[in-house]
Amino acid sequence: MVKADKIWSLLEEVFDPEVPVLTVVDLGVVRDVRLIGGKVEIDITPTYTGCPAMQRIEDDIHEKLSENGISDVKVNLVLSPAWTTDWLSDNGKKKLEEYGIAPPVDEPDKSVLFADPPKIKCPKCSSDNTKLVSQFGSTACKAQYQCNSCLEPFDYFKCLK
Amino acid sequence: MNALFEYLIRLGDDSLILGHRLSELCGHGPILEEDIAMTNISLDLIGQATNILQYAGEVEGEGRNEDDLAFLRYARDYKNLLLVEQPNGDFGMTIMRQFLFDAYRKLLFDRLIYSNNEQIAAIASKALKETKYHLRHSAEWVIRLGDGTEESHNRIQESLNTLWRYTPELFYQDEVEAELKNNGVLPGLDEIQSEWESYVKQIFDEATLSIPENNWKMEGGRKGLHSEHLGYILAELQYMQRAYPGMEW
Repeated sequence: MVKADKIWSLLEEVFDPEVPVLTVVDLGVVRDVRLIGGKVEIDITPTYTGCPAMQRIEDDIHEKLSENGISDVKVNLVLSPAWTTDWLSDNGKKKLEEYGIAPPVDEPDKSVLFADPPKIKCPKCSSDNTKLVSQFGSTACKAQYQCNSCLEPFDYFKCLK
Repeated sequence: MNALFEYLIRLGDDSLILGHRLSELCGHGPILEEDIAMTNISLDLIGQATNILQYAGEVEGEGRNEDDLAFLRYARDYKNLLLVEQPNGDFGMTIMRQFLFDAYRKLLFDRLIYSNNEQIAAIASKALKETKYHLRHSAEWVIRLGDGTEESHNRIQESLNTLWRYTPELFYQDEVEAELKNNGVLPGLDEIQSEWESYVKQIFDEATLSIPENNWKMEGGRKGLHSEHLGYILAELQYMQRAYPGMEW
Protein backbone atom coordinates (compact mmCIF):
# COMPACT_ATOMS: atom_id res chain seq x y z
CA MET A 1 0.00 0.00 0.00
CA VAL A 2 1.16 3.49 -0.81
CA LYS A 3 2.55 5.55 2.07
CA ALA A 4 1.94 9.22 2.83
CA ASP A 5 5.64 10.13 2.48
CA LYS A 6 5.62 8.65 -1.02
CA ILE A 7 2.69 10.97 -1.87
CA TRP A 8 4.53 13.94 -0.38
CA SER A 9 7.62 13.18 -2.43
CA LEU A 10 5.53 12.94 -5.62
CA LEU A 11 3.89 16.27 -4.74
CA GLU A 12 7.40 17.76 -4.63
CA GLU A 13 7.46 17.13 -8.38
CA VAL A 14 4.28 19.15 -9.03
CA PHE A 15 5.16 22.74 -9.93
CA ASP A 16 3.20 25.93 -9.53
CA PRO A 17 2.02 26.92 -13.03
CA GLU A 18 2.68 30.63 -12.52
CA VAL A 19 5.98 30.39 -10.63
CA PRO A 20 7.38 27.23 -12.19
CA VAL A 21 10.47 26.99 -9.96
CA LEU A 22 8.33 26.36 -6.89
CA THR A 23 6.62 23.09 -6.11
CA VAL A 24 3.19 23.06 -4.53
CA VAL A 25 4.93 21.83 -1.37
CA ASP A 26 7.45 24.74 -1.34
CA LEU A 27 4.56 27.13 -1.76
CA GLY A 28 2.68 25.71 1.22
CA VAL A 29 -0.39 25.11 -0.93
CA VAL A 30 -0.59 21.43 0.08
CA ARG A 31 -2.01 21.38 3.60
CA ASP A 32 -2.57 17.70 4.32
CA VAL A 33 -2.28 14.24 2.84
CA ARG A 34 -4.44 11.46 4.27
CA LEU A 35 -4.73 7.78 3.42
CA ILE A 36 -8.21 6.48 4.06
CA GLY A 37 -8.41 2.80 3.18
CA GLY A 38 -6.91 2.66 -0.30
CA LYS A 39 -7.96 6.21 -1.06
CA VAL A 40 -5.73 9.30 -1.03
CA GLU A 41 -7.14 12.62 0.13
CA ILE A 42 -5.14 15.80 -0.39
CA ASP A 43 -6.08 19.24 0.96
CA ILE A 44 -4.89 22.26 -1.01
CA THR A 45 -5.48 25.94 -0.26
CA PRO A 46 -5.37 28.94 -2.64
CA THR A 47 -2.75 31.66 -2.17
CA TYR A 48 -5.30 34.31 -3.23
CA THR A 49 -9.06 33.79 -3.50
CA GLY A 50 -9.16 34.39 -7.24
CA CYS A 51 -5.96 32.52 -8.06
CA PRO A 52 -6.68 30.98 -11.48
CA ALA A 53 -3.96 28.38 -10.96
CA MET A 54 -5.92 26.27 -8.47
CA GLN A 55 -7.78 24.19 -11.04
CA ARG A 56 -4.55 23.60 -12.92
CA ILE A 57 -2.77 22.56 -9.70
CA GLU A 58 -5.55 20.13 -8.89
CA ASP A 59 -5.34 18.62 -12.40
CA ASP A 60 -1.54 18.42 -12.22
CA ILE A 61 -1.71 16.58 -8.88
CA HIS A 62 -4.11 14.02 -10.33
CA GLU A 63 -1.88 13.59 -13.36
CA LYS A 64 1.35 13.16 -11.37
CA LEU A 65 -0.16 10.58 -9.02
CA SER A 66 -1.89 8.72 -11.80
CA GLU A 67 1.41 8.44 -13.74
CA ASN A 68 2.70 6.67 -10.65
CA GLY A 69 -0.19 4.24 -10.48
CA ILE A 70 -2.16 6.11 -7.82
CA SER A 71 -5.58 6.91 -9.20
CA ASP A 72 -8.02 6.86 -6.31
CA VAL A 73 -7.32 10.45 -5.33
CA LYS A 74 -9.54 13.19 -4.03
CA VAL A 75 -8.27 16.79 -3.92
CA ASN A 76 -10.16 19.10 -1.55
CA LEU A 77 -9.96 22.88 -1.72
CA VAL A 78 -9.83 24.26 1.84
CA LEU A 79 -10.03 27.97 2.68
CA SER A 80 -9.30 27.90 6.38
CA PRO A 81 -6.82 28.51 7.87
CA ALA A 82 -6.09 31.06 5.14
CA TRP A 83 -2.78 30.81 3.32
CA THR A 84 0.04 33.06 4.46
CA THR A 85 3.51 33.68 3.02
CA ASP A 86 4.83 32.24 6.32
CA TRP A 87 4.07 28.83 4.79
CA LEU A 88 6.52 29.38 1.97
CA SER A 89 9.44 27.08 2.76
CA ASP A 90 13.00 28.45 3.20
CA ASN A 91 14.00 26.37 0.23
CA GLY A 92 11.13 27.93 -1.70
CA LYS A 93 12.33 31.46 -0.81
CA LYS A 94 15.83 30.60 -2.00
CA LYS A 95 14.51 29.21 -5.29
CA LEU A 96 12.36 32.31 -5.84
CA GLU A 97 15.36 34.59 -5.47
CA GLU A 98 17.46 32.51 -7.84
CA TYR A 99 14.61 32.68 -10.34
CA GLY A 100 14.58 36.50 -10.17
CA ILE A 101 11.60 37.07 -7.85
CA ALA A 102 12.38 38.74 -4.55
CA PRO A 103 10.99 36.60 -1.68
CA PRO A 104 8.55 38.08 0.89
CA VAL A 105 9.79 40.03 3.90
CA ASP A 106 7.79 41.34 6.88
CA GLU A 107 5.79 44.41 5.93
CA PRO A 108 4.21 47.26 7.90
CA ASP A 109 0.57 46.97 9.00
CA LYS A 110 -1.66 47.56 5.97
CA SER A 111 -3.90 49.97 7.86
CA VAL A 112 -1.03 52.49 7.82
CA LEU A 113 -1.37 54.63 4.70
CA PHE A 114 1.64 55.89 2.76
CA ALA A 115 3.94 53.78 4.91
CA ASP A 116 7.46 53.33 3.53
CA PRO A 117 7.38 50.22 1.35
CA PRO A 118 9.53 47.34 2.62
CA LYS A 119 13.19 47.44 1.62
CA ILE A 120 13.60 44.72 -0.97
CA LYS A 121 16.93 43.45 -2.22
CA CYS A 122 17.31 43.29 -6.02
CA PRO A 123 17.40 39.62 -7.02
CA LYS A 124 19.67 40.44 -10.00
CA CYS A 125 22.45 42.57 -8.47
CA SER A 126 21.69 42.29 -4.72
CA SER A 127 21.52 46.08 -4.29
CA ASP A 128 19.31 47.39 -1.47
CA ASN A 129 18.63 50.55 -3.47
CA THR A 130 15.28 49.61 -5.01
CA LYS A 131 11.88 51.26 -5.35
CA LEU A 132 8.28 50.10 -5.36
CA VAL A 133 6.61 50.68 -8.75
CA SER A 134 3.20 49.22 -7.91
CA GLN A 135 1.67 47.21 -5.09
CA PHE A 136 -0.02 45.08 -7.74
CA GLY A 137 1.88 42.99 -10.24
CA SER A 138 1.77 40.31 -12.91
CA THR A 139 -0.11 37.93 -10.61
CA ALA A 140 -2.15 38.49 -7.44
CA CYS A 141 0.77 37.38 -5.25
CA LYS A 142 3.35 39.84 -6.61
CA ALA A 143 4.22 43.55 -6.53
CA GLN A 144 6.40 45.40 -9.04
CA TYR A 145 9.75 46.85 -8.02
CA GLN A 146 12.65 48.41 -9.84
CA CYS A 147 16.32 48.42 -8.90
CA ASN A 148 17.88 51.90 -8.79
CA SER A 149 21.39 50.46 -9.18
CA CYS A 150 21.09 48.08 -12.14
CA LEU A 151 17.74 49.57 -13.32
CA GLU A 152 16.19 46.12 -13.77
CA PRO A 153 12.47 45.89 -13.03
CA PHE A 154 11.61 42.82 -10.96
CA ASP A 155 8.76 41.05 -9.22
CA TYR A 156 8.46 40.93 -5.44
CA PHE A 157 6.45 38.08 -3.93
CA LYS A 158 4.46 40.18 -1.48
CA CYS A 159 3.89 39.35 2.15
CA LEU A 160 0.39 38.10 2.94
CA LYS A 161 -0.56 37.62 6.60
CA MET B 1 -37.37 32.07 2.23
CA ASN B 2 -34.00 30.61 3.21
CA ALA B 3 -32.25 33.50 5.00
CA LEU B 4 -28.77 32.00 4.68
CA PHE B 5 -29.12 31.53 0.92
CA GLU B 6 -30.51 35.03 0.52
CA TYR B 7 -27.66 36.58 2.50
CA LEU B 8 -25.02 34.65 0.55
CA ILE B 9 -26.56 35.92 -2.68
CA ARG B 10 -26.33 39.51 -1.40
CA LEU B 11 -22.71 39.04 -0.36
CA GLY B 12 -21.73 37.12 -3.50
CA ASP B 13 -23.44 39.50 -5.93
CA ASP B 14 -21.60 42.49 -4.42
CA SER B 15 -18.30 40.77 -5.24
CA LEU B 16 -19.44 39.55 -8.65
CA ILE B 17 -20.82 42.82 -9.96
CA LEU B 18 -17.99 45.02 -8.68
CA GLY B 19 -15.49 42.43 -9.94
CA HIS B 20 -17.12 42.64 -13.36
CA ARG B 21 -17.14 46.45 -13.32
CA LEU B 22 -13.41 46.53 -12.58
CA SER B 23 -12.72 43.93 -15.27
CA GLU B 24 -14.07 46.45 -17.80
CA LEU B 25 -10.90 48.46 -17.12
CA CYS B 26 -8.64 45.68 -18.39
CA GLY B 27 -6.59 47.41 -21.07
CA HIS B 28 -8.30 50.74 -20.33
CA GLY B 29 -6.71 51.86 -17.04
CA PRO B 30 -5.38 55.45 -16.91
CA ILE B 31 -1.81 54.16 -16.45
CA LEU B 32 -0.40 50.67 -16.75
CA GLU B 33 0.14 50.16 -13.01
CA GLU B 34 -3.46 51.10 -12.22
CA ASP B 35 -4.77 48.94 -15.04
CA ILE B 36 -2.98 46.01 -13.40
CA ALA B 37 -4.12 47.03 -9.91
CA MET B 38 -7.78 47.22 -10.96
CA THR B 39 -7.71 43.86 -12.69
CA ASN B 40 -5.90 42.25 -9.72
CA ILE B 41 -8.64 43.55 -7.42
CA SER B 42 -11.25 42.38 -9.92
CA LEU B 43 -9.76 38.89 -9.84
CA ASP B 44 -9.88 38.80 -6.03
CA LEU B 45 -13.53 39.89 -6.08
CA ILE B 46 -14.54 37.33 -8.70
CA GLY B 47 -12.69 34.69 -6.68
CA GLN B 48 -14.70 35.70 -3.61
CA ALA B 49 -17.89 35.54 -5.68
CA THR B 50 -16.97 32.02 -6.79
CA ASN B 51 -16.55 30.81 -3.21
CA ILE B 52 -19.64 32.57 -1.91
CA LEU B 53 -21.98 31.58 -4.76
CA GLN B 54 -20.70 28.00 -4.70
CA TYR B 55 -21.67 27.80 -1.06
CA ALA B 56 -25.00 29.52 -1.80
CA GLY B 57 -25.74 26.78 -4.34
CA GLU B 58 -24.98 24.10 -1.75
CA VAL B 59 -27.20 25.80 0.81
CA GLU B 60 -30.03 26.09 -1.69
CA GLY B 61 -29.75 22.38 -2.52
CA GLU B 62 -31.35 22.58 -5.95
CA GLY B 63 -28.28 21.62 -7.91
CA ARG B 64 -27.25 25.12 -9.01
CA ASN B 65 -23.51 25.81 -8.95
CA GLU B 66 -21.64 29.14 -8.88
CA ASP B 67 -21.72 29.44 -12.68
CA ASP B 68 -25.47 28.86 -12.86
CA LEU B 69 -25.97 31.56 -10.24
CA ALA B 70 -23.62 34.04 -11.92
CA PHE B 71 -24.73 33.52 -15.51
CA LEU B 72 -28.31 32.31 -15.52
CA ARG B 73 -30.32 34.52 -13.18
CA TYR B 74 -32.47 37.46 -14.25
CA ALA B 75 -31.77 41.03 -13.14
CA ARG B 76 -34.42 41.03 -10.40
CA ASP B 77 -32.75 38.00 -8.79
CA TYR B 78 -29.47 39.89 -8.29
CA LYS B 79 -29.22 41.37 -4.80
CA ASN B 80 -26.07 43.48 -5.03
CA LEU B 81 -25.79 47.01 -3.69
CA LEU B 82 -26.66 49.81 -6.11
CA LEU B 83 -23.22 51.30 -5.38
CA VAL B 84 -21.29 48.46 -7.03
CA GLU B 85 -23.21 48.57 -10.31
CA GLN B 86 -22.55 52.29 -10.88
CA PRO B 87 -20.44 52.99 -13.99
CA ASN B 88 -16.65 53.35 -13.75
CA GLY B 89 -16.80 57.01 -14.85
CA ASP B 90 -13.44 58.78 -14.56
CA PHE B 91 -10.66 57.42 -12.36
CA GLY B 92 -11.91 59.48 -9.42
CA MET B 93 -15.33 57.83 -9.70
CA THR B 94 -13.82 54.33 -9.89
CA ILE B 95 -11.60 54.99 -6.88
CA MET B 96 -14.33 56.62 -4.78
CA ARG B 97 -16.75 53.73 -5.43
CA GLN B 98 -13.98 51.31 -4.50
CA PHE B 99 -13.03 53.18 -1.34
CA LEU B 100 -16.61 53.42 -0.02
CA PHE B 101 -17.03 49.69 -0.66
CA ASP B 102 -13.60 48.50 0.57
CA ALA B 103 -13.98 50.36 3.87
CA TYR B 104 -17.34 48.63 4.42
CA ARG B 105 -16.13 45.23 3.29
CA LYS B 106 -13.08 45.30 5.55
CA LEU B 107 -15.22 46.03 8.60
CA LEU B 108 -17.74 43.37 7.55
CA PHE B 109 -15.11 40.64 7.06
CA ASP B 110 -13.51 41.69 10.38
CA ARG B 111 -16.79 40.50 11.94
CA LEU B 112 -17.59 37.53 9.70
CA ILE B 113 -14.37 35.73 10.62
CA TYR B 114 -16.15 35.14 13.97
CA SER B 115 -19.30 33.72 12.34
CA ASN B 116 -20.48 30.43 13.82
CA ASN B 117 -21.00 29.30 10.23
CA GLU B 118 -17.61 27.72 9.48
CA GLN B 119 -17.82 28.20 5.74
CA ILE B 120 -18.61 31.91 6.03
CA ALA B 121 -15.81 32.33 8.59
CA ALA B 122 -13.37 30.58 6.23
CA ILE B 123 -14.37 32.65 3.20
CA ALA B 124 -14.12 35.85 5.28
CA SER B 125 -10.71 35.03 6.74
CA LYS B 126 -9.34 34.48 3.24
CA ALA B 127 -11.02 37.57 1.76
CA LEU B 128 -10.07 39.86 4.68
CA LYS B 129 -6.36 39.64 3.90
CA GLU B 130 -6.95 40.75 0.31
CA THR B 131 -9.47 43.42 1.26
CA LYS B 132 -6.83 45.11 3.43
CA TYR B 133 -4.67 45.53 0.32
CA HIS B 134 -7.62 46.87 -1.65
CA LEU B 135 -8.51 49.39 1.05
CA ARG B 136 -4.96 50.64 1.40
CA HIS B 137 -4.85 51.18 -2.35
CA SER B 138 -8.19 53.00 -2.64
CA ALA B 139 -7.75 55.08 0.55
CA GLU B 140 -4.32 56.32 -0.57
CA TRP B 141 -5.73 57.34 -3.94
CA VAL B 142 -8.66 59.20 -2.35
CA ILE B 143 -6.14 61.23 -0.35
CA ARG B 144 -3.81 61.80 -3.32
CA LEU B 145 -6.61 62.97 -5.60
CA GLY B 146 -8.52 64.94 -2.97
CA ASP B 147 -5.41 66.69 -1.66
CA GLY B 148 -3.84 66.90 -5.12
CA THR B 149 -4.44 69.50 -7.81
CA GLU B 150 -7.53 71.69 -8.09
CA GLU B 151 -8.70 69.54 -11.01
CA SER B 152 -8.23 66.20 -9.20
CA HIS B 153 -9.82 67.63 -6.04
CA ASN B 154 -12.89 68.89 -7.90
CA ARG B 155 -13.36 65.69 -9.81
CA ILE B 156 -13.14 63.32 -6.85
CA GLN B 157 -15.35 65.65 -4.79
CA GLU B 158 -17.88 65.39 -7.61
CA SER B 159 -17.62 61.58 -7.43
CA LEU B 160 -18.25 61.67 -3.70
CA ASN B 161 -21.28 63.93 -4.27
CA THR B 162 -22.64 61.45 -6.83
CA LEU B 163 -21.98 58.24 -4.90
CA TRP B 164 -22.77 59.30 -1.34
CA ARG B 165 -26.51 58.65 -1.84
CA TYR B 166 -25.78 54.94 -2.33
CA THR B 167 -23.92 54.49 0.96
CA PRO B 168 -26.86 54.10 3.41
CA GLU B 169 -27.65 50.86 1.56
CA LEU B 170 -24.32 49.40 2.76
CA PHE B 171 -26.00 49.03 6.15
CA TYR B 172 -29.40 47.88 4.90
CA GLN B 173 -30.91 45.15 7.06
CA ASP B 174 -34.22 43.33 6.91
CA GLU B 175 -35.58 40.00 8.15
CA VAL B 176 -32.71 38.16 6.44
CA GLU B 177 -29.99 39.81 8.53
CA ALA B 178 -32.25 39.77 11.62
CA GLU B 179 -32.58 35.99 11.51
CA LEU B 180 -28.87 35.42 10.90
CA LYS B 181 -27.88 37.84 13.66
CA ASN B 182 -30.10 35.93 16.09
CA ASN B 183 -28.50 32.61 15.37
CA GLY B 184 -24.89 33.84 15.44
CA VAL B 185 -24.11 33.72 11.71
CA LEU B 186 -23.62 37.51 11.53
CA PRO B 187 -21.87 38.67 14.71
CA GLY B 188 -21.27 42.36 15.37
CA LEU B 189 -23.15 43.55 12.29
CA ASP B 190 -24.65 46.56 14.06
CA GLU B 191 -21.26 48.01 15.00
CA ILE B 192 -20.13 48.43 11.42
CA GLN B 193 -21.98 51.59 10.45
CA SER B 194 -20.56 53.93 13.09
CA GLU B 195 -17.04 52.59 12.57
CA TRP B 196 -17.37 53.04 8.82
CA GLU B 197 -18.65 56.60 9.24
CA SER B 198 -15.78 57.61 11.45
CA TYR B 199 -13.19 55.91 9.23
CA VAL B 200 -14.35 57.50 5.96
CA LYS B 201 -14.69 60.88 7.69
CA GLN B 202 -11.07 60.65 8.82
CA ILE B 203 -9.88 59.84 5.29
CA PHE B 204 -12.03 62.62 3.75
CA ASP B 205 -10.62 65.13 6.26
CA GLU B 206 -7.13 64.18 5.20
CA ALA B 207 -8.16 64.35 1.56
CA THR B 208 -9.77 67.80 2.10
CA LEU B 209 -13.09 66.43 0.83
CA SER B 210 -16.48 67.19 2.31
CA ILE B 211 -19.39 64.83 2.73
CA PRO B 212 -22.43 66.19 0.86
CA GLU B 213 -25.00 67.73 3.14
CA ASN B 214 -28.19 66.57 1.54
CA ASN B 215 -29.02 63.12 2.85
CA TRP B 216 -31.06 61.90 -0.06
CA LYS B 217 -30.63 58.16 -0.38
CA MET B 218 -31.08 55.52 -3.03
CA GLU B 219 -31.62 51.87 -2.24
CA GLY B 220 -33.31 48.80 -3.67
CA GLY B 221 -30.53 46.44 -4.69
CA ARG B 222 -31.05 44.12 -1.74
CA LYS B 223 -34.64 43.62 -2.93
CA GLY B 224 -33.65 43.17 -6.57
CA LEU B 225 -34.71 46.70 -7.60
CA HIS B 226 -31.76 48.00 -9.56
CA SER B 227 -30.58 51.11 -11.38
CA GLU B 228 -30.65 51.00 -15.18
CA HIS B 229 -26.99 49.97 -15.24
CA LEU B 230 -27.37 46.38 -14.07
CA GLY B 231 -29.16 45.22 -17.21
CA TYR B 232 -26.26 46.37 -19.39
CA ILE B 233 -23.77 44.63 -17.10
CA LEU B 234 -25.71 41.37 -17.31
CA ALA B 235 -26.05 41.63 -21.08
CA GLU B 236 -22.28 41.49 -21.30
CA LEU B 237 -21.63 39.18 -18.33
CA GLN B 238 -24.15 36.57 -19.46
CA TYR B 239 -23.80 36.86 -23.22
CA MET B 240 -21.81 33.69 -23.87
CA GLN B 241 -23.92 31.43 -21.63
CA ARG B 242 -27.14 32.84 -23.05
CA ALA B 243 -25.99 32.53 -26.67
CA TYR B 244 -24.29 29.15 -26.25
CA PRO B 245 -25.87 27.44 -23.22
CA GLY B 246 -23.44 25.26 -21.28
CA MET B 247 -20.41 26.32 -23.33
CA GLU B 248 -16.97 25.73 -21.80
CA TRP B 249 -13.45 26.53 -22.90
